[in-house]
Amino acid sequence: MNALFYLASAVAVIATLLVISRSHPVHALLYFVVSLFAVAVMFFTLGAPFVAALEVVVYAGAIIVLFVFVVMLLNLGPATAGERARILSPRTWTGPAILAAILAVELAVIFARGGGAVGAVAVPPKQVGLALFGPYLLGVEMASMLLLAGLVGAYHLGRRGKGGES
Amino acid sequence: MTTVPVSHVLFVAAILFSLGVVGLLVRRNVIFMLVAIEVMLNATGLAFVGAGSRWGQPDGQVMFLFILAMAAAEVSVGLALVLQLYERRKSLDSDRADTLKG
Repeated sequence: MNALFYLASAVAVIATLLVISRSHPVHALLYFVVSLFAVAVMFFTLGAPFVAALEVVVYAGAIIVLFVFVVMLLNLGPATAGERARILSPRTWTGPAILAAILAVELAVIFARGGGAVGAVAVPPKQVGLALFGPYLLGVEMASMLLLAGLVGAYHLGRRGKGGES
Repeated sequence: MTTVPVSHVLFVAAILFSLGVVGLLVRRNVIFMLVAIEVMLNATGLAFVGAGSRWGQPDGQVMFLFILAMAAAEVSVGLALVLQLYERRKSLDSDRADTLKG
């Protein structure tokens, strides 16, 4: 079953290579989503199903949406007028679609074999939660304060500056 | 059932991390630089989870959760800064924001 891990890592490396070489931000973000999915499959094969789910939910679901919103807000002027036709052309989405199809096949193989973690010994979410709210409780509190600071900082910076502040 | 050797996991993590470093150094668009930082954080998380899976302990996954929280806070502040930079300089080129240069 190691083949699943190596195939996913190959997909991750190829997708990341394309992330840093695309010129259009949205194309790069598409490949970045595929790269995150590939890393999630790698987590699953390493026996970390909880973290694999969080990778998809938080990284691919929340952080990428932030990036897409910022690209949308910036809306780089008349240069992007003809973008919509180009973004919907098959040339743009074939690459990410092929890489994502490889990952979908891997997922189907995993579920066909019973759905459990393959390869390594699985560490279930219960154990992770016990460690998180046991010995690492102080770290959780610090992470919550960090997130609060990030929220306040992003609100302060993102405000449209008018008058003295800006 | 054979397991993936931890050295291979660390090798893949190293490749992803170096791709992130290369992206950060090569691109001058601040959005791409933020994405490259995310790639690097992801690679470190992969190394943590791989090491945790080697010992069958949850600590690696706990560390990944902390990295996840840090990445979320970092990217929200970073993207707010990107918006401010674009509002002031009308450009996403990081070389345009060099007024602090001595």
